[in-house]
Amino acid sequence: MLRLPAQVYAQIVGHCLSGLPDEACGLLGGDLATGVVARCYPTRNLAASAKLYTVDPKQHLQADRDAEAAGMSIMAVFHSHTHTDAYPSPTDVAQAPDPDWHYVLVSLRDSHPMLRSYRIVEGRIDEEPVIVEQQEPTELHRTQEPAR
Amino acid sequence: MPAEVRLPTVLRPHAGGQSAVTAEGGTIGEVLKDLVATYPGMAGQVLTDEGTLHRFVNVYVDDDDVRYLEQLDTKVPDGATVSILPAVAGGCGR
Repeated sequence: MLRLPAQVYAQIVGHCLSGLPDEACGLLGGDLATGVVARCYPTRNLAASAKLYTVDPKQHLQADRDAEAAGMSIMAVFHSHTHTDAYPSPTDVAQAPDPDWHYVLVSLRDSHPMLRSYRIVEGRIDEEPVIVEQQEPTELHRTQEPAR
Repeated sequence: MPAEVRLPTVLRPHAGGQSAVTAEGGTIGEVLKDLVATYPGMAGQVLTDEGTLHRFVNVYVDDDDVRYLEQLDTKVPDGATVSILPAVAGGCGR
């Protein structure tokens, strides 16, 4: 399960929209064990592409240090799919860097952004519930089948 | 003087869960070879079989990505911190 403060949810979606027409990407800091996100680190997409993304390594290092100084760790990566579903592509699966991370995808294909989160372990993709923490937690997507 | 090497979460199980370890060497290549010699479970995840830097990791000396310096020949000054992070990339691919 991934728990996103509403502000972080807005940062993720906003960064993805601002990256159009290219894919946008970033990292999330928080508690790896519980899936609770505390900080959003929007990063440049060095690939500058509508089909691929590469997190800027220098910004990754800065985010990693900031998260560690705050007693957290980088525990998720997010990126947009500009014209396909919010589901990990073969490229995403092949390059998933850490089986403990959460993989957040935002599809911008339709009129409303669609955010979903996955675990990717040894090539296996499992969708997980996303809770956006507002006054009362609101669970998204739990009853929906992942789009493929 | 040994360098401090900060490890990403994916490599920590190979070092008994430690987030940072020490390794000897005057260049990044030497430090990484010493690291892999001490923690053989990292073999193949940091360096390729040919001894080059694996494309799925980024390595830094203090603030600088060694790919933009002299790669494995990049000098590691006394007291420097070496950081290893996963290269994070993907995309819809089509």
